[in-house]
Amino acid sequence: MSSFLIEITTVLVFGLAFSMLLFILSVGLSITMGLMGFANLAHGSFAMAGGYVTVSMVSKTGAPFAVALLVSFVIVALLSILFERVLYRHLYRRPELDQVLLTIGIVFASIATVTFIWGPDPQLILMPEYLSGSVDLGFNNFPRYHIFMIVAGAIIVAALFYGLERTNIGAQIRAAVDNRRMAESCGINTGRIFTWTFALGSGMAALGGGLGIQLLGGIKPVFALEYLVIFLIVIAVGGMGNIRGTFFAALILGIIDFAGKFYFPEGGAFIIFAVTIIVLLIRPHGLFGKA
Amino acid sequence: MTSSTGTPTGSLARSVQFLQRRHRFHWAEIIPWILAIAVFYLLPGYRLLATQILVMILFALSLDLIVGYAGIISLGHTAFFGTGAYITALMASNDIPDPILGLIAAAAGAAVLGLVSGWVLLRTTGLTLLVLTMAVTIMLQELANDFDEITGGFDGINFTNSEILGLIELDQLWYSSSYIYVLVVLFFGFLTIRTIVYAPFGRMLIGIRENTQRMSAIGTPVHQRQVSVYIISAAIAGIAGALWVQVQGNVTTEVYTFELSGEVLIMLILGGTGRLYGAFLGATVYKILESTTEQVLGTDEPYWQFAIGIVLILTVLFARRGLFGIFEDIVKKFKGASKGEVQ
Repeated sequence: MSSFLIEITTVLVFGLAFSMLLFILSVGLSITMGLMGFANLAHGSFAMAGGYVTVSMVSKTGAPFAVALLVSFVIVALLSILFERVLYRHLYRRPELDQVLLTIGIVFASIATVTFIWGPDPQLILMPEYLSGSVDLGFNNFPRYHIFMIVAGAIIVAALFYGLERTNIGAQIRAAVDNRRMAESCGINTGRIFTWTFALGSGMAALGGGLGIQLLGGIKPVFALEYLVIFLIVIAVGGMGNIRGTFFAALILGIIDFAGKFYFPEGGAFIIFAVTIIVLLIRPHGLFGKA
Repeated sequence: MTSSTGTPTGSLARSVQFLQRRHRFHWAEIIPWILAIAVFYLLPGYRLLATQILVMILFALSLDLIVGYAGIISLGHTAFFGTGAYITALMASNDIPDPILGLIAAAAGAAVLGLVSGWVLLRTTGLTLLVLTMAVTIMLQELANDFDEITGGFDGINFTNSEILGLIELDQLWYSSSYIYVLVVLFFGFLTIRTIVYAPFGRMLIGIRENTQRMSAIGTPVHQRQVSVYIISAAIAGIAGALWVQVQGNVTTEVYTFELSGEVLIMLILGGTGRLYGAFLGATVYKILESTTEQVLGTDEPYWQFAIGIVLILTVLFARRGLFGIFEDIVKKFKGASKGEVQ
């Protein structure tokens, strides 16, 4: 019985930590796609940029991990505003294929750029004392970092929900997602909302990139492509533009993925894709999406 | 086509004439084949690269059928390429080393996968479809990795082909017979695709691409037609995959990578979609750019990806019809043409 308890709690804690990371990484993409109808495949590149900024801050300047995360959030958010103004803006009304291609172009260029600067090998950082080692909860030992990830994730989720559901700006964002024209008629400057939301989403991705360094075994150039598929799966299953849906999708997929890899080390990575295909066939607009 | 005036029979005759004229071969269409043969004799040192280019042209052509003509965006076309590759390799390593049989089996296997996946995936559109095409490919890659006692996993399978029709041996050293073999297969593949796109079926695909609802309203079974072209495209991509591994004599899980799906789409976009020769131009330029960048930088690290990324961004922003579109514009300018043709 106790070994069963250990198994279950291990799967839950590791899975939940991964779920939280998935949510932080993909929520920005979900908003971008729902709000602007823009297929931004370069979202992973912003996350990767966040990871590399964090790594450089910590290893080069010796900044504390938390400060590095904040700085990477700000830098990447600003960078994304630049991209939105210079490149994305021209393609809002163009077909999906054009958006896909432009952003894949950005992905390729960004992979090459980070390979050039940091090299192809995964970059790791030494975690501060309070985040390394493990904690004993009586029945099972958990890595401190995973507990931290879950707590940090929960705080971010709560802040995001509060911001979107309870504040004025959140109401404006929701209005713009639901019906852009109507929102504009009510005097909401959707163009500005777009830019700020895009920056916020990219900043969140950067935060995810930084938080994921430890969880995903370092940050490396292929990150932008390797995890892109996972982000897309999460938001497709959750329903585009639906933050609650994205959260539950991340929760379900994160835990299923870890459980799959835990119980079937051979073919476990395959389960998440099978689940996705089945879900999307039954509900093409995602679990929580509007038809 | 609003320009036609006059009697109904007159306009019918004119449309038939229009379609027939499009289907007829233009003298310039022989140029790529002459170039391909010229490369064989004049640049024997580049036959390996040229062989790879030919295979990629066929792969890009198959993608053009669904992306360029039917308007189905796929980021998972390597599912078919890889399946064709593995079927051929598994047959060759299990005592059926005939290359032609390998091609046929690859086409059939990829077509079956196209039927099954197309039938279910093509119910969705847009981003969901994009995600699902990617998911299928990555799932197959995971499977190939997991069943490594069959697929050889990361190391892959090495195999040898028998002689083509019992006569010609595929040489993997000088790529002489291999090159010709690939060129001949490409030629027949191209003829098939060319026939399809100029047939009424191809016109219907363009109709579906331009306005799905209207085609549905005038009685086209849209889903069925989309699945049909998906199957054809899958079979040709399977043949391309089979050729890719036959000339190399080995297969690894690389044939299933998502990157390859992206690359072939880039080749197609670079050349120009929905215009057949765009695939020729795109695959050639892409592969040459790749190999020269690698030579110049003296490394096979993916720095050329930077160039490709920038080229892609510029293509989307400024030359949406691809290199071939630019080429057409130049030709038009020289001719001072005033007669606008409908693509």
